[in-house]
Amino acid sequence: MVDATHRAGGVIPPAEVPELELYHPKSWWTTYVFSQDAKVIAIQYAGTAMAIGLVALMLSWLIRLQLGFPGTFDFITPDAYYQFVTMHGMIMVIYLLTALFLGGFGNYLIPLMVGARDMVFPYANMLSYWIYLLAVLVLVASFFVPGGPTGAGWTLYPPQALLNGTPGGQELGIILMLVSLILFIIGFTMGGLNYVVTVLQGRTRGMTLMRMPLTVWGIFTATVMALLAFPALFVACVMMLFDRVLGTSFFMPALVEMGELTSHGGGSPILFQHLFWFFGHPEVYIVALPAFGIVSDLISTHARKNIFGYRMMVWAIVIIGALSFVVWAHHMYVSGMHPLFGFFFATTTLIIAVPTAIKVYNWILTLWRGDIHLTLPMLFALAFIVTFLNGGLTGLFLGNVVVDVPLSDTMFVVAHFHMVMGVAPILVIFGAIYHWYPKITGRMLNQQLGLFHFWVTFVGAYAIFFPMHYLGLVGAPRRYPELGGTAFIPESVADLNAFISITAFVVGFAQLVFLFNLIWSLRYGKEAGPNPWRATTLEWQTPTTPPPHGNWGDERPVVYRWAYDYSVPGAPQDFIPQNDPWPDKPLTRPA
Amino acid sequence: MSVVLVFLLVVIGFSFWWLSHQRIMSKPWLESGVHTAVPETDASGMATEKVALGVFLAVVGALFALFASAYFMRMEYSDWQAPPLPRILWLNTFVLMLASAAFSCAVRATRERHIALTRLALSAAGLGTLVFLAGQVTAWRELAAGGYFMDTNPANGFFYLMTGVHALHILGGLVALGRTTIRAWDPGAEPKRLTLGIELCAMYWHFLLLVWLGVFVLLEGWAGDLVTLCRQLLT
Repeated sequence: MVDATHRAGGVIPPAEVPELELYHPKSWWTTYVFSQDAKVIAIQYAGTAMAIGLVALMLSWLIRLQLGFPGTFDFITPDAYYQFVTMHGMIMVIYLLTALFLGGFGNYLIPLMVGARDMVFPYANMLSYWIYLLAVLVLVASFFVPGGPTGAGWTLYPPQALLNGTPGGQELGIILMLVSLILFIIGFTMGGLNYVVTVLQGRTRGMTLMRMPLTVWGIFTATVMALLAFPALFVACVMMLFDRVLGTSFFMPALVEMGELTSHGGGSPILFQHLFWFFGHPEVYIVALPAFGIVSDLISTHARKNIFGYRMMVWAIVIIGALSFVVWAHHMYVSGMHPLFGFFFATTTLIIAVPTAIKVYNWILTLWRGDIHLTLPMLFALAFIVTFLNGGLTGLFLGNVVVDVPLSDTMFVVAHFHMVMGVAPILVIFGAIYHWYPKITGRMLNQQLGLFHFWVTFVGAYAIFFPMHYLGLVGAPRRYPELGGTAFIPESVADLNAFISITAFVVGFAQLVFLFNLIWSLRYGKEAGPNPWRATTLEWQTPTTPPPHGNWGDERPVVYRWAYDYSVPGAPQDFIPQNDPWPDKPLTRPA
Repeated sequence: MSVVLVFLLVVIGFSFWWLSHQRIMSKPWLESGVHTAVPETDASGMATEKVALGVFLAVVGALFALFASAYFMRMEYSDWQAPPLPRILWLNTFVLMLASAAFSCAVRATRERHIALTRLALSAAGLGTLVFLAGQVTAWRELAAGGYFMDTNPANGFFYLMTGVHALHILGGLVALGRTTIRAWDPGAEPKRLTLGIELCAMYWHFLLLVWLGVFVLLEGWAGDLVTLCRQLLT
């Protein structure tokens, strides 16, 4: 061990960075509703995201009803099917995953983990949530307008997104979708600035960047990426809104619709695709990096072992973040491009597998000879590793132009992206909720219900998405509400689809058990105590659980070590909290 | 998408340069004690508000770089016809430069605690900005009067869109300027707070001037010529 204390003498010099002046709420409204406390905002974000996520879950049931039992349900017309698919995709990617990881976990964990009292700009943080809520409400409103929500697919490709044949294209659906996205981006920017600047400026003494838990690194890097990538979606949405409302032709080419020439002409749909995927690909990592970070912490804590290759893990996060901006066109191989571009984007796509693989190896090496406790967070973390690996490997298939072209419009792609950015991050979200719920509420979640939830979700997700790879390989196309009697598609595809649908209903119901557990344990869960997992990071060392506004009582903690001192030889316990000066004495304040 | 890629390269380059000064080669598992770069924490000594504004300006930069990228990609198509730019834009550019210069004066004055000069400079900057906005509206009306509407050509669309988004950012800045101006007239205001507010406004205005120069060059069509020149040099 190297003593890294900056100034000898064992005395803390007076603070050069003043403590935050917190706004202390005076009424019920400002405490629980218009709260500026990052922890309350986190719960608001998470609650809203989960509520809208439930809508998306139900939409997926409707999609599966149609695919599993085509022709049985009259109310699922092709138009309705496309609306379900569009809203399911958009809600899950943006309004659930992004909002929950960054708005939910980011808000709750960043200030606690870096030893801050709150975010640096609490008021903007509060606004961020309310604008997000407004965005969600605008999105929900599109279900109730004439024509219903847009059915353009979650990628909203023009020109079809704005045409008569597409549900919501010439009605309000697409307008509300675009407005909702624009609002989301504005709200996110306010929150995102907070997360980044809090990590940069709000850390407590001794918390150097290289002592931060990987969770904070993951959320921090993802937020930086989101701040740079969301403007692309913003530009795309604004220009598309102009095309739709003001009759410009940024994206809309000249075309004949129902025998009549539309008023547009000369626009470039490819331009939209470039803008959309310039946001869309980083978005995958905006969701994945927080998951990477959280999973690292879960594995280390529940295997009672320091994370293997911490430095490498940090560098890999940063490098993945940078690389993810130069791979976007691999989503556009079938849109047509210069072969050299295809080659370039295939190469960068495959290169990004290197830092990602480093992370997977490091997780496995952390588990190697660890004291593995198969707690619920650990189970979900393990499930994440296999699922992410699975989805990542099919990504290598699709990253190559020649393999992607025949597979691109098949169910193989659906299987791939659900594995890698649907199931995998959701497993981490569950693991993280089981892990941090005791800190948030002071009570443990019920173990039996949790085990039931885990096994049904994990096995069920495989039963749903694994067969889809085969569906894709035999040529079953995606985006079709009904396959009909296509010659090359064997009849077994229909049976498999029915099987997948039934599994999907079961897995969906298991999520209701999880929700029940969340509510039931609030009251009847076992008392957790301040640090039930015997973890090292700062959020478990708060003087009170759940932590109050301001987090730390009179004094912010002082950090003496990194976040992964588990099973240190000679230490009194098998973990040493970050604010524990062992084997030295704590620094004292000058009198 | 080359414009936004160049912009990102700058941002990523800066981030990596900054990271390389953050002891990323250290081995945290081998150390104990309160090691920090500055005695307290290794957060930078810069005011938190300035760091936040810096990050925000990077986001604004990304936004305009993306508009520029879209502009270049769209102008390749055959229907593109750039509108004749109103001459008043030259005057507007000059006025915005004056406003930016006034902010520089305000920063110096407030650092030297010249309250009268600070107030004068702030008023001048605010007035200059309002004149700029009025000038932009005049430019819009001139174009519209000439029949160059938003939907007649994508080049017109880009003109209204980019100048509009830029003006919206200026309007947002005016809110901050308004608050700072009120503080400048408040005798009980803390001088440090006032200085910080003026510095933030100045930073924002300088950046928006830079963005405007970029937009202006783009709309004038010089940027296209520059790209053609670069392409010829490369091939």
